[in-house]
Amino acid sequence: MSDPFDIHDYLAEFEDIPGTRVYTAARARQGYHMNQFAMSLMKAENRERFKADERAYLDEWPLTQDQKQALLDRDYNRCLDLGGNVYFLSKLFSTDGIPFAEAVSTMTDMSFPEYREMMMKGGRSPEGLRSIREKR
Amino acid sequence: MARITAGVASSHVPLLGVASDFGKDRDDYFGPIFAGYDWTRAWEKAEKPDVVVLVYNDHASAFDMKIIPTFAIGCGERYKSADEGWGPRAVPDVEGHPDLAWHMAQSLILDEFDMTIINEMDVDHGLTVPLSMMFGKPDAWPCKIIPLAVNVVTYPPPSGNRCWALGEAIKKAVESFPENLNVQIWGTGGMSHQLQGARAGLINKAWDNMFLNGLIGDSDHLRRIPHIEYLRETGSEGIEMVMWLIMRGAMGRKTRALHRHYHVPCSNTAIGHLVLRPDNGEGLDMTGSGTATEIAAE
Repeated sequence: MSDPFDIHDYLAEFEDIPGTRVYTAARARQGYHMNQFAMSLMKAENRERFKADERAYLDEWPLTQDQKQALLDRDYNRCLDLGGNVYFLSKLFSTDGIPFAEAVSTMTDMSFPEYREMMMKGGRSPEGLRSIREKR
Repeated sequence: MARITAGVASSHVPLLGVASDFGKDRDDYFGPIFAGYDWTRAWEKAEKPDVVVLVYNDHASAFDMKIIPTFAIGCGERYKSADEGWGPRAVPDVEGHPDLAWHMAQSLILDEFDMTIINEMDVDHGLTVPLSMMFGKPDAWPCKIIPLAVNVVTYPPPSGNRCWALGEAIKKAVESFPENLNVQIWGTGGMSHQLQGARAGLINKAWDNMFLNGLIGDSDHLRRIPHIEYLRETGSEGIEMVMWLIMRGAMGRKTRALHRHYHVPCSNTAIGHLVLRPDNGEGLDMTGSGTATEIAAE
């Protein structure tokens, strides 16, 4: 048997984590076509068509203008805000031929060399980044 | 009868597959990571499992957003390595064990775990990286593999408690299979990592080691950790560790650790690796579980 739970409390707590967008049902719905677009880049012929004319390829998908612009700009934080998921967006990282960690670093306030350096030193400490409300 | 003789936990970072495939596994960066698996590769050669039930998650490869199964079991004959955007990994095909897999599926469903059954799919780094870490680079994988895919991408993933209970049901299912088979169960993914947003790069060594400690012995407190704790303490992708609890649940009440390894970083991720033996008087001392040198000498 499961422990007692309240689905509204469960979901509300996700908004209390700094610098993090949990891939909830709401985001999955909002980003459905964005993620399916990214998924289409797993096929070599689609990657070629996308690279030849990114805008035209994106226009084939029922995406909002904001979603298209975020993808064209490779603004991954904005993509996450609009329902993107990093495992799907990673198909775009590989289409661009950039390492996963480099794409991840663009979502932080660091350059890729600075981000790599932080990882080599043991990564980002969770101190102060667990909860906005509780400041811990 | 078939029996579960060991449990293995391991991270499954895609970059480890790249390092293995392109011969970088002993360089300065990857050397310390792969060295932590040397013991296990020698041990696996001596243990000679017939089947591995490999708990992993698909990363937008076999499953997209069209269908999202919470727990899915591979009952097919054979699986190919997925093209994750840069061509499929040049690793052997994965051979399934449809007889045991279908038996497990039936037993699990009767046990009230409503499994999705998969007959055809490609398998991505979540499954093939652990095979490379544990078996190296053979021409064919040395045993049959039953893929068990868990949704840990779209929220909510299954609870830790549910994962642990699935492990208990898997033990029961395997032990009711009449053929004598040496079966291992592997839980993969983790440990702490966050691949998105301003908090990307989060690593929590203290928490990860608490989790590793908790898998050893007879405590079952890890099954009560809520999702929010994984998210806050181990980053948004640390939730993959619930898959380790499926492995732990299949070990029975008590375990002992045969081997342990922890390393930071691999790309964005903390690497964790643990080899467990069920320790409930089963007498499952397949290889003596001695030092790596003793085992390699066999």
